[in-house]
Amino acid sequence: MIPDNFEYHKPNSITGAISLLSEWGDDARVIAGGHSLIPVMKQRLTDISHLIDLKDIEELKGISISNGIVKIGAMTTQHELIQSEELAKTVPLIREASLQIADPQVRYLGTLGGNVANGDPANDMPGLMQTLNASYELKGPDGTRNVDAREFYEAAYFTAREDEEILSSISFAVPNGGYAYEKQKRKIGDYATAAAGVLIEVENNICKTASIALTNLSDTPVFCQNAVKILIGNKLDEPTIQEAVTACVDASEPVADVRGPVEFKKYVAGIIVRKAITNALARA
Amino acid sequence: MNETIPPKEERMTALNGLGSSRKRVEDARFTQGKGNYVDDIKLSGMLFGDFVRSPYAHARVKSINTEAALAVPGVHAVITAADLEPLKLHWMPTLAGDVQMVLADGKVLFQGQEVAFVVADNRYAADDGIKAVEVEYEELPVIVDPFKAELEGAPVLREDIADKKEGAHGPRRHPNHIFTWESGDRDATESVIAEADVVAEEMIYYHRTHPCPLETCGSVASMDKVNGKLTVWGTFQAPHAVRTVASLISGIAEHNIRIISPDIGGGFGNKVGVYPGYICSIVASIVTGAPVKWIEDRMDNLMATAFARDYWMQGKISATKDGKITGLWCHTTADHGAFDACADPTKFPAGFMNICTGSYDIPTAFLTVDGIYTNKAPGGVAYRCSFRVTEAAYFIERMIEVLAIKLGMDSAELRVKNFIRKEQFPYQSALGWEYDSGDYHTAWEKALTAVNYTKLRQEQAERIEAFHRGETRKLIGIGLSHFTEIVGAGPVKNCDILGLGMFDSCEIRIHPTGSAIARLGTISQGQGHATTFAQILASEIGIPAEDITLEEGDTDTAPYGLGTYGSRSTPVAGAATAMAGRKIRAKAQMIAAYLLEVHDNDLEWDVDRFVVKGAPERFKTMKEIAFASYSQAIPGVEPGLEAVSYYDPPNMTFPFGAYICVMEVDVDTGTTEIRQVFALDDCGTRINPMIIEGQVHGGLTEALAIAMGQELAYDELGNVITGTLMDFFIPTAWETPNYQTDYTETPSPHHPIGAKGVGESPNVGGVPAFSNAVHDAFKSFGLTQSHMPHDHWRVWKIADRLGLHD
Ligand SMILES: Cc1cc2nc3c(=O)[nH]c(=O)nc-3n(C[C@H](O)[C@H](O)[C@H](O)COP(=O)(O)OP(=O)(O)OC[C@H]3O[C@@H](n4cnc5c(N)ncnc54)[C@H](O)[C@@H]3O)c2cc1C
Repeated sequence: MIPDNFEYHKPNSITGAISLLSEWGDDARVIAGGHSLIPVMKQRLTDISHLIDLKDIEELKGISISNGIVKIGAMTTQHELIQSEELAKTVPLIREASLQIADPQVRYLGTLGGNVANGDPANDMPGLMQTLNASYELKGPDGTRNVDAREFYEAAYFTAREDEEILSSISFAVPNGGYAYEKQKRKIGDYATAAAGVLIEVENNICKTASIALTNLSDTPVFCQNAVKILIGNKLDEPTIQEAVTACVDASEPVADVRGPVEFKKYVAGIIVRKAITNALARA
Repeated sequence: MNETIPPKEERMTALNGLGSSRKRVEDARFTQGKGNYVDDIKLSGMLFGDFVRSPYAHARVKSINTEAALAVPGVHAVITAADLEPLKLHWMPTLAGDVQMVLADGKVLFQGQEVAFVVADNRYAADDGIKAVEVEYEELPVIVDPFKAELEGAPVLREDIADKKEGAHGPRRHPNHIFTWESGDRDATESVIAEADVVAEEMIYYHRTHPCPLETCGSVASMDKVNGKLTVWGTFQAPHAVRTVASLISGIAEHNIRIISPDIGGGFGNKVGVYPGYICSIVASIVTGAPVKWIEDRMDNLMATAFARDYWMQGKISATKDGKITGLWCHTTADHGAFDACADPTKFPAGFMNICTGSYDIPTAFLTVDGIYTNKAPGGVAYRCSFRVTEAAYFIERMIEVLAIKLGMDSAELRVKNFIRKEQFPYQSALGWEYDSGDYHTAWEKALTAVNYTKLRQEQAERIEAFHRGETRKLIGIGLSHFTEIVGAGPVKNCDILGLGMFDSCEIRIHPTGSAIARLGTISQGQGHATTFAQILASEIGIPAEDITLEEGDTDTAPYGLGTYGSRSTPVAGAATAMAGRKIRAKAQMIAAYLLEVHDNDLEWDVDRFVVKGAPERFKTMKEIAFASYSQAIPGVEPGLEAVSYYDPPNMTFPFGAYICVMEVDVDTGTTEIRQVFALDDCGTRINPMIIEGQVHGGLTEALAIAMGQELAYDELGNVITGTLMDFFIPTAWETPNYQTDYTETPSPHHPIGAKGVGESPNVGGVPAFSNAVHDAFKSFGLTQSHMPHDHWRVWKIADRLGLHD
């Protein structure tokens, strides 16, 4: 449980970090809160000889909300997300989800950027960002580009981010309507057995917009396209909700692990999605 | 001396003796981070050692190449079995009469097994060295299921004893079989069961788990080559036994070995065993001439040092139609892992599993236990319980429930019908124990009343109806448990570990100014000995507890004792403390008589002084007597005021309790929510009610963990799949429910102060209470038995199998 030797760098600008990444290539890794990376390093599961700490880069911090757009710097901690009253007022979904992540100690250090960049299917923020239809800003030696959260995840720990790129910020439009993030876990500090983020906007009894994404029910977060189609334009009565829940469960592809066998996870996924839809609807 | 004597009550209060909820004297340092644990010990020039561990559960070790590791900067030595062999230290005796590899000798038998020991400047260099050791393995077929260990074609795990037909506990019928232990009357029991009105039969599995103390195991060994003295600081629950064993296996004279257990951050049985790390740190210190530290990390601890339980208990219980139990039969298949390293008294290879008749008057019983080798870590320690008592209590408390279902009877009533009655004590159990005292009916009644049992059953019935009407998806479970423990091992005539009798000891010195130091053969790991043993003494010798220092754990200063586990400290060392106190008082009486110029018999003890009978104004306080013992020549009495007592208990003590848990169970998610936990304990005389309550809370929380999710799980290849605290469940404050505690007080008739021990009761009684609650929730849907732990998916599975998801 001791990491291998590594060089430690602490640049104070994004460009500084990118040039270090370009210089050391595959041997380098950025570190944010370290709560996903350090455990892996301690088990020597990866070979990292240059660690680039992003903590001193001011450009990566902060939350801004203007013109209906929320922009959050990658180095914003989960604790800061919870603390922000403005965010809680405009997008209460973020606080609801963040409070279900790990425990306070982890949240003091764990960052939004690290959580979404990591590509761990168990992390809650990727699914949450897919629910919000967020866009990730990536900065690399060739400049800046944006990738949608719904397009970002390729497989477990594989994402659209290039090795020399840094995920600098996350933006999304302030959602309307009801929201919910539901998660079943074994205990405090645990990743999800199944979790779901839901946004629903209702107008004249008809679902105007909807968004549903699942956490830890596949090797990437699952944006439930079919379920969303079932909801939008319809009255959200029991058969419709049931149909949407079924569509979500069908979209999930959980694997058996110590949290339980596949049939259990699928069943619970249905329960959790239903709860999330019900809660979101009640708030819509 | 004519000052007015303060009233008796006032003086008793000032002593903070028996019955006082005195605050724990240990807490000031622990809560301020000023404890002194093994890892806090830093000696000049100290090196650090750590293990290359086997990634495989069963493999032949073809070769070990240490060359590259020795070239790693900071690495001093790499020790393998080949290096230990000339010293005859490549294998070591276990506490259970088996032998265990210190370092892999030709093969490995469980994942995480110690293969080589790398000694370096610090942990970092040691880990670099570990990664550079090249070990060539050849994988072998693995046994993880003890029921497959004796099948045809099963691989022979222990080649070293493959041909040995006789083990430490009798004949072996197969190379993977360790022992068969029997207790009770087979023929009588089998015929009672064959002829019974009603027989319930069930397999009860108590899964493998781990004590997982906050502080992992570790040691610092320092061999002083100038004076030939070896000092070892370590996480030892039995420092004296460690010294004797170390001397016997190393050949170093016992007086040249000093074992020190400093502060211990929880043991729960995990620190009873002797581990390769201890041996290797000692050898490494001898080899390098420098002190060597070894400390496990969490994964090492979970993977390699002693596990607990893993008992498959096949049971049959018979009764008359109206519910009077007539017989109990149990066959246990015990998965011991790769080496039999159970920590049990020598004559009890399955511990006190034969307390499995529990709190009930069962006239006939028979128990067999088969110990089996598998490719798992060795251990089988008593995790917050006396030897295998939690297994026994879980077994009988499940069997009672299973029988109640068969009889169609309320299980609370079934218990009442079969409890050993108050007037039957001392009670001879069918499996050979003499229960010292008890009043089960009173405790049980109190518990049922406290939770309003009748009303709870009504609510449960209404909930079931609502469930059937589709109004709710949550059921209510009412978990009942009445346990009887057997603790305080134990009488030397039948309890020993490696031949060392399980007595314990206390040595007291009263200082001239009337304060005192007492040293014991036990060692606290959080139980608060420094607080409670001072209270026992305060009441015995009339010196305030605040003025008594307690010291344990240093074999150079403490009297010999067998340590702390199995709730034995209070029953055995606590008794020794009281007895040593009484010796002090006897001498004090002679001194007081001389000072007051009266005959010894003319004096009577009054809280903190001797008073002349009929002349209350004439007295000598203990303080005055202490000073006199050092300052005056008293004819016929030696100077000073000291005493030592070695106490061999005449019997074990039998604490008991009535626990009830009320639980909400969600049939869809498998989640459970605990609504109420009521725990009534009878531990005899109560020394410190606050500490008792703390112990009960802690033990209940561990019981909750075990019943509801804590598991040391292996996959079919023998890989540990719950090797970190992400998957190995330790409840936080969030998962911990409120506890409601109560007590009755039935003193032990044979213990000097009537105390019985309490630290382990809540684990013993708690596990069945929680587990029975889960079972009870599904009882009316047809569930009789489902194995622990009752984590979400397993609870969900119960509901699924019962068709509650259709
Ligand atoms: C006990 C425990 C429980 C947890 N439970 C949960 C949970 O329930 N839900 C949950 O969502 N998470 C959980 N986590 C994870 C936690 O939220 C992590 O902090 C988070 O996933 C990663 O954030 P970090 O800032 O620590 O990233 P780090 O560990 O520092 O980095 C993670 C990975 O992302 C990369 N990275 C980090 N920042 C950037 C960036 N700006 N640009 C590009 N790459 C970057 C790193 O190189 C690394 O590969 C838990 C962690 C622990 C230790």
